Amino acid sequence: MPLPPTTGLGFKPQHFASIRETRPALGFFEIHAENYLGAGGAPHAMLTALRQDYAISIHGVGLSIGGPSLDPAHLARVKALCDRYQPDSFSEHLAWSSHGNEYLNDLLPLPYTQATLDRVCDHVDWVQEVMGRRLLLENPATYVIFAQSEIPETEFMTEIARRTGCGLLLDVNNVFVSCVNHRTDPLAWLDSFPLDRVGEIHLGGHDEEDLPSGPLLIDSHGREVAEPVWALYAEVLDRAGSLPTLVEWDNDVPAFPVLLAEAARASDLLADRRHHAAAE
Amino acid sequence: MQPQSDVTALFRAALAGGSVPDFVTAKRSNEAAQRFAVYRNNVAHSLREALARRFPVVQRLVGAQFFAAMAGEFIAEHPPRQPVLQEWGGDFAAFLTQFPPVATLPYLADVARIEWARGLAYNAADRTPIDPDALCDDRALNLHPGLQMLRLDHPAVSIWQANQPGGDGRVLARGTEVALIWRRPDLSVGVQALDLTDAAFLQALVEGGSLSDAARFADPVPMLTLLLRENQICTPSEDTPCKA
Repeated sequence: MPLPPTTGLGFKPQHFASIRETRPALGFFEIHAENYLGAGGAPHAMLTALRQDYAISIHGVGLSIGGPSLDPAHLARVKALCDRYQPDSFSEHLAWSSHGNEYLNDLLPLPYTQATLDRVCDHVDWVQEVMGRRLLLENPATYVIFAQSEIPETEFMTEIARRTGCGLLLDVNNVFVSCVNHRTDPLAWLDSFPLDRVGEIHLGGHDEEDLPSGPLLIDSHGREVAEPVWALYAEVLDRAGSLPTLVEWDNDVPAFPVLLAEAARASDLLADRRHHAAAE
Repeated sequence: MQPQSDVTALFRAALAGGSVPDFVTAKRSNEAAQRFAVYRNNVAHSLREALARRFPVVQRLVGAQFFAAMAGEFIAEHPPRQPVLQEWGGDFAAFLTQFPPVATLPYLADVARIEWARGLAYNAADRTPIDPDALCDDRALNLHPGLQMLRLDHPAVSIWQANQPGGDGRVLARGTEVALIWRRPDLSVGVQALDLTDAAFLQALVEGGSLSDAARFADPVPMLTLLLRENQICTPSEDTPCKA
């Protein structure tokens, strides 16, 4: 079952009681796989309860698909988690986070070359084969570019999807952050991105620093979604129709009603598009 | 062209403080270092924060600023080896015993041992509690995997309790303590000090002794009551009746 084309929220344990009491009308909750790989206890009790009421998206942050090698032991643990909860979606990042046997806990960028394309495709094939399910691969927020890069990001991701059959997770905030940081046009980025491959959208907040050449945006997930990102999201919906949309807020997490208000804004935009589609 | 393993190795070295590789660029190349610093900062900050979440009382005892600097030293020596960060930090207590700047806080490592044990209890496997009528006094009990007993050289249970949110932060200087750490039926984690006879009783059970063995050390009623009330005795792996 794919995720419903409605709004979801990133699940935070401190919101569990509110969710159980109020049963908000959300399409799904998303969790980070790496926070649910313990043997038992509260994390699994909460996830089991959530699973009864909502569609679930499991989002990995540690497979390091864009890196030199995959860790088969970690992949096996993530697979066991998905086997246990049967999520409606599993997604990961076009990034690397481990080097050798060291985990760096950040989504680090890779050069876009024929060699890295082959490697990422091998890794996506491997993950999909082991997990026995389709992966959605998320576009990164980046702060630097690599002199080696020879393939545009959108073309790189199009080719991964074409070769491996994976879906794509379109993080609209990441598009905006990367395009502002590299002084390129987010609409042009969207023009060359295969929207028909998108299985989920992410919206999150970013921070801003100043560089001599202009702003440097940082994908912080610690505040409301910025106005230009909402505008870009509306543009995506105009082009692609309704898609499952996650609002993520991972740092300085606010009270649950603040997240619900952000989700409601996404739901309103989704409802507008459905209304338009019905009228046409 | 450089193979990708070289690119990531050079990127990794630069994250640890090496110079930014010349293939890392921006439209304006003179900004590459400032841009690269975002990654360097993300890695260092996120790992320090993860360690602080795992050891909040150690952080409270030394202060956030000192903790951040100390965490940086720990991370350089003992980085996480895999992506499940709740399983990282088992070396932190031993690191604290060897870290000269905290030599004047000898109880700190024991506090870290309690905090590490709390995390293990929180994530331990789920088990079915035993029906008290099925308890045998002649064989080893199947204790909950989250249950841990720590013999501490310092009064770290008292220190840990005084440094919970709303605590007075009092730090007792001397005295050994035995800590009992377990996961409660509501899935929160309990920490309490045991007196020496109860500790001897529990030690006998932990080592595989029967209730009869353990009863040689203490009146079994108080500990047994606690263990049953808190679901710390689980159904045996093989279901055979008691001998008599």
